[in-house]
Amino acid sequence: MGAVIELSTHGDARIARAREAAARVCDPEVPVLTIDDLGVLRDVRRDGETIEVVITPTYSGCPAMDMIALEVDLALEKAGFVHRKVTLSLSPAWTTDWMSEAGKAKLKAYGIAPPQGRAKGRGALFGVEEIPCPHCGSLDPRRVSEFGSTACKALWRCESCREPFDYFKCI
Amino acid sequence: MEAPLFTYTLRLADNALVLGHRLSEWCGHGPMLEEDLALANMALDCIGQARNFYTYAGEMEGKGRSEDDLAYLRDCADFTNILLVERPRGDFAFTILRQFLYSAFMHPFFEQLSASKDERLAAIAAKAEKEMAYHLRHSAEWVIRLGDGTEGSAARLSEALADLWPFTGEMFEVDAAERALIEAGVAVDPASIRPLWLETVDRVFADALITRPKDVWMQSGGRRGEHSEHLGHLLADLQFMQRAYPGSVW
Repeated sequence: MGAVIELSTHGDARIARAREAAARVCDPEVPVLTIDDLGVLRDVRRDGETIEVVITPTYSGCPAMDMIALEVDLALEKAGFVHRKVTLSLSPAWTTDWMSEAGKAKLKAYGIAPPQGRAKGRGALFGVEEIPCPHCGSLDPRRVSEFGSTACKALWRCESCREPFDYFKCI
Repeated sequence: MEAPLFTYTLRLADNALVLGHRLSEWCGHGPMLEEDLALANMALDCIGQARNFYTYAGEMEGKGRSEDDLAYLRDCADFTNILLVERPRGDFAFTILRQFLYSAFMHPFFEQLSASKDERLAAIAAKAEKEMAYHLRHSAEWVIRLGDGTEGSAARLSEALADLWPFTGEMFEVDAAERALIEAGVAVDPASIRPLWLETVDRVFADALITRPKDVWMQSGGRRGEHSEHLGHLLADLQFMQRAYPGSVW
């Protein structure tokens, strides 16, 4: 009985250690955010001797996914995990609602406006968004384009301080 | 005869890939930098959706075909995309109006498909639905801007509408195999999308000061592999590397 408990505790510790390693991996396109901040890291679990890390893409065509999978694999190897695999999961679909508050604060400090409010459905289709400028805090920015430098961002410009900035789209 | 679910998934993949490729042709040629980025972003979303559908189709087929095999190693007659998406990109008004007509259909379509009894299709659709919402909003704004813009932009938009309208009927076609999937709760009945699509089209057209054309004879054939000459040229470009250097990888 004691041995079994010991084994499972040992397993939990391994998972925690693997999680810690995977959670430090950063998004190559928004390097101030870890995949944990983004909510891209979905699960770390054990499959027999193998440690499995589950990640989910932000957008269907997100080109950063292969890079993230590779970096998670490297992080696990560095932490000493021989038997490991990285799995891609599509469901449930990623949403900006999963982004941590710490992550949003880091984004803002980096000059990217974090997603505003909660992701919505059809009702928001033709709605108007109000995004505070990440530089001067003014509520007077104007959307330049729905699409920005990466799939997850839109291009805005502040009418007060005249600075352009990226807005992390709310989906 | 191929399995209905395979055919269904392949059609979704082919539509997304061919439209994604048409959008990608604008890369470096957009009318301004912001639009260049927007078109490339939309291309990326469509190609990402295509990858998800192709991967699933290949797995379900069980013959070891990967997403790349399905995209790069099939010829025109094997492609099942609707004719609308293979039309040459035309001018910006043409591209943006096509994107609008397509997204106004695909957004509610993916919304419904995300409740499919097939878990994998549902998962792919739930992601795609969020992306199509952006495509719809962006293209709708441009349709309004062009229609209610200058004389020149309005004329180009009207011309694009006359060209594109006869290709919209194919989105609503259903064959026997698909009917069975609809009844099984796996596929979406396009007839249920029609009122939503018309509502969106009419609402945006009203602001764009253009009128929805009267019912006309609709072009058909792409879903059965009967394509226009344009698809061959598109595939020659899209598939060149794998045809010239089979099996090459990055």
